[in-house]
Amino acid sequence: MIKRAILGAGILATGMWSASSSASAENLTMYCGVDEVWCQQTARAFEEKTGITVDMTRKSAGEIYAQLRAEAANPKGDIWWGGTGDPHLQAAEEGLTEEYKSPLLDQLQPWAIKQAETSGHRTVGIYSGALGFGYNKDLLVKNNLPEPKCWADLTKPEYKGHIQVANPNSSGTAYNMLATIVQLFGEDKGFEYLKALHKNVNQYTKSGSAPIKAAGLGETTIGIVFIHDAVSQVVAGFPIVPVTPCEGTGYEIGSESIIKGARNMEAAKKFYDWALEADVQSTAQDAGSFQVPSNKAAKTSDKAPDLAAIKLIDYDFKKYGSSEERKRLLKKWDEEVASLPQ
Amino acid sequence: MRFRQTRGPLEPIVVLWMAIGWVGFALLPWYGIEDGFFGFSWLFDGYPFDSKFAPALVLALKGEKLWLAPLGFLLPAPLLLWGRNKSDPFFGRLLVIVGAAGFGWLLFQGFAIGLHGWQFSWLTSLFGDLGDRQFGMGYGALLVSGAFLFLLTLGIASRGAVGGDVFVVSSIGFVVAVVSIFIFMPILMMLANAMQTDDGGYSLVTFLAKLFSSRLWSLDCLAGGSRCGVAWNSLLLAVLVGLLTMFLGLVFALVVTRSDFRYGKLLRALTVLPIITPAFVIGLAIILLFGLSGAVTQSVAGVFGIQPTRWVYGLPGLLIAQVLAFTPIAFLVLIGVVEGVSPSMEEASQTLRASRWQTFWTVSLPLMRPGLANAFLLGFIESMADFGNPLVLSGNYDVLSTEIFFAIVGAQNDAALAAILALVLLGFTLGAFYAQRFWIGRRSYTTVTGKGDAGVHPRLPDGLTRALYVIAGLWTAFTVLVYAVIFYGSFVRLWGVDQSLTLQHYKKAFAVSWNEFGIHWSGSAWSSFWTTMEIALISAPLTAGVGLLTAYLLVRQNFRGKNAFEFATMLSFAIPGTVIGVSYIIAFNVPPIELTGTGIILVLSFIFRNMPVGVRAGVASMSQIDRSLDESSLTLGANSWQTFRRVILPLLRSAMLAALVYSFVRAMTAISAVIFLVSARYDLSTSYIVGRVENNEYGIAIAYSTVLIVVMLVVIGLMQLVVGSRNIGRRGIQKGDGGWSVRTNVSLPATPGGQTTIAGAG
Repeated sequence: MIKRAILGAGILATGMWSASSSASAENLTMYCGVDEVWCQQTARAFEEKTGITVDMTRKSAGEIYAQLRAEAANPKGDIWWGGTGDPHLQAAEEGLTEEYKSPLLDQLQPWAIKQAETSGHRTVGIYSGALGFGYNKDLLVKNNLPEPKCWADLTKPEYKGHIQVANPNSSGTAYNMLATIVQLFGEDKGFEYLKALHKNVNQYTKSGSAPIKAAGLGETTIGIVFIHDAVSQVVAGFPIVPVTPCEGTGYEIGSESIIKGARNMEAAKKFYDWALEADVQSTAQDAGSFQVPSNKAAKTSDKAPDLAAIKLIDYDFKKYGSSEERKRLLKKWDEEVASLPQ
Repeated sequence: MRFRQTRGPLEPIVVLWMAIGWVGFALLPWYGIEDGFFGFSWLFDGYPFDSKFAPALVLALKGEKLWLAPLGFLLPAPLLLWGRNKSDPFFGRLLVIVGAAGFGWLLFQGFAIGLHGWQFSWLTSLFGDLGDRQFGMGYGALLVSGAFLFLLTLGIASRGAVGGDVFVVSSIGFVVAVVSIFIFMPILMMLANAMQTDDGGYSLVTFLAKLFSSRLWSLDCLAGGSRCGVAWNSLLLAVLVGLLTMFLGLVFALVVTRSDFRYGKLLRALTVLPIITPAFVIGLAIILLFGLSGAVTQSVAGVFGIQPTRWVYGLPGLLIAQVLAFTPIAFLVLIGVVEGVSPSMEEASQTLRASRWQTFWTVSLPLMRPGLANAFLLGFIESMADFGNPLVLSGNYDVLSTEIFFAIVGAQNDAALAAILALVLLGFTLGAFYAQRFWIGRRSYTTVTGKGDAGVHPRLPDGLTRALYVIAGLWTAFTVLVYAVIFYGSFVRLWGVDQSLTLQHYKKAFAVSWNEFGIHWSGSAWSSFWTTMEIALISAPLTAGVGLLTAYLLVRQNFRGKNAFEFATMLSFAIPGTVIGVSYIIAFNVPPIELTGTGIILVLSFIFRNMPVGVRAGVASMSQIDRSLDESSLTLGANSWQTFRRVILPLLRSAMLAALVYSFVRAMTAISAVIFLVSARYDLSTSYIVGRVENNEYGIAIAYSTVLIVVMLVVIGLMQLVVGSRNIGRRGIQKGDGGWSVRTNVSLPATPGGQTTIAGAG
């Protein structure tokens, strides 16, 4: 009957399918929250080192967190590597990730260990990066604009329509900035600042690093991003100048977590430890990623921003990473800032 | 079946389905295998006694999952028919009872018992805690459900439905079952999800609050506020895109068919391009041309000394990109209709002394009304569903499709909100669907009749012709410019910074090298490329198959509920891809049907999204084939399956080609649905390219798209070779024109715009 045709197609499909998904011994499904190139490099390096096949999907940290929640009843992933720390903490708080103490913990920077302790050892810091902004120097000259140096500069009227930042509803980077401003200026003054900034913003992008990329292409003058993202643009050849704000700034701790109920738990733990090794972390710069590695012995690029030279605020990851605070701040931002005319 | 062969004591077809059911129940693993549908490591991994891989029979004997046991009692029940004839009333009655009970119980237990035991609280309160759970169904369940379904249809057929034709009843049963499972169930589950609150309960109040929130419906912008609700944004954009594509499509159709323009073929070739281009690539080219640092913006600013602005981000840019992308569809819809308007009416009008203008306005144009409505509808739906262009171009002009996506992936990650937004989107498209039907109304637009008309279309008014030439010329030039940018952009090292030419993007994406294991696909795009080809090539014939089968049932068979059946199969036509994507992850992430993260879910989403095109193409060309052919085949002793296979299918080559090509192309270029469904192992080209676009790696994105366009052209060519064209003896050979225009020739009252939907909906 009609089934015959379908069966035929099915047999055909079987052949093609099994050709592509060879039955391999060990697998690791990795959700990767950093740049594609870095994700690819890391996945391939781990495959080479261990012989474990890595299925990698790159998504933003927010997307991965959403996926973990959606799949909570039936997890499909094993390890979540990279991406800003807040969603990792949120996942830890909701018990979506597995508790695990790596033997390499004592080799790490204090902020990475603090991240692990905050989460009850459900996540750990693998790199860190400070928030700031970058500008396109050609466009700055063309528009006769002064060089912005501080957060306060960005609210000046001459920058109207020149600034781009991501929407905190969709981007972890932008939420990090929202939380930084609130911690830096206090909540009331912080929201006054954001309202003033809103007047100068030409677009709230969906993804966190999009603003500096738009600046690189000349589609906006200034982009508020993590400084290492601005550095990557400089290295790629775009006319970008990274700026660390004079008032001090917040930072993120890129993290990794093992997914609770992982189907390949052993491989996931192996990866978790491997990713904390010094020589593994030293290779990040080859992929054009200039974050500060969490292993003390890892080498950093001379182009990478020196965290010690940046005035960092005492970022309260526990408070601002919690679901409740996040929801409250985002709601407030939506109602008080995003709804204003520009 | 007209002829009885001598048979054993039991109908062979009953034996067949019972055997299949038993294989599923007693031999194959009942639950889904973790390695995927086509992984066979379970054979050596503790099968058949490990509970993970055990068949239902073994589970029942071990005393586990006892809710499966009743199926084991139902499966042998048809043995009671031993020695009975098919015409015996008991035969039909028993099969109906067994089939319905088995299929119903299978579904019920699947939905009632899930990962956490009982799925519904009333079951817990009734029976207490279950203390057991089950995963998604696998091969065993698939075969058993198939067996029960077809035993049921067999029973219905032998009770005399549709003339007792087993093949037809089984086909109807099959199509109804799959359409219910893969279209209705996801939509209904999404509806339920929309009412869910954060803590998992259901609340109508929360639902209504979200549904009528000001973010969706605010009209601030009219009152001088900052921006309007997302729903209004989408609606405005879709209406404008619908109108503009309809207008431009009409212009091109008139130029090709009613003027002395000689390069119609060339124009048709050009129209294929945007259809096979991944949508957002056009958006990208628009940025490279009209963005703040875009070539056009900069040169205009330089010449006129004005400050360049970001004007293109938002409504203007979206409008340009979408009109560019969807005009060809309107054109393909309208060209058939414009050609189909019979000259006799126009001649009559002129004989009555109407001027050429009057004839055009009062006769020709109104007769094209169904085509215009169809073209508008397609543009409207495509625009509503478009995801790629808003992603790169929308600026601060938020639209529903991207809003749905970021409701799910964003930091708020509110699946209920996404479901609500999806419902609003669905409301708009269904509304447009009905508005279109209403507008066309019951008036007759039939001008093509069996009587020959030797007339020639009168000339269009001269002024109109000139205007048409100017508009068509400008728009064609613009399209060519955009494609030139796309092609050129794939060779530029770093757009806007370093304009030197390079092949590095192609190398990075498609490098191939040799190592000790043989060929090594080292380029970063290969993995997603092969997956896409596989999925597209698998889903295309299945889509065409299901579509043509459905068309056969609609055109050739009469049965109760045929209208509802037709509506159901056409429903996914009006469902935007984003909605399909959201509803699929909601419906198929948990048992009983657990498909997320597999390649199968991608194949299924393509089949059911593109099926209406197969149906429409099939209906259009099947109505051309005279029923007497079937009847003579039946009279000569063939059964309806043989007739379908040997007589109708070969005559349907052009429809088959259209369905194949369309579903292949859609599978290669679709983004709105699959962005939700791709996984680590099954990543598709389009979602890979979107990732590159998000990262500003425009070079790779464009290079990849260029390769896809070339590959699609090659595959379409190959399909045409394989399927071939039908050869209808002395009546002259009709050739499907690249599969894009299945022409209804003159021999029947063609449904106005019948062939139109081949160009398909979003």
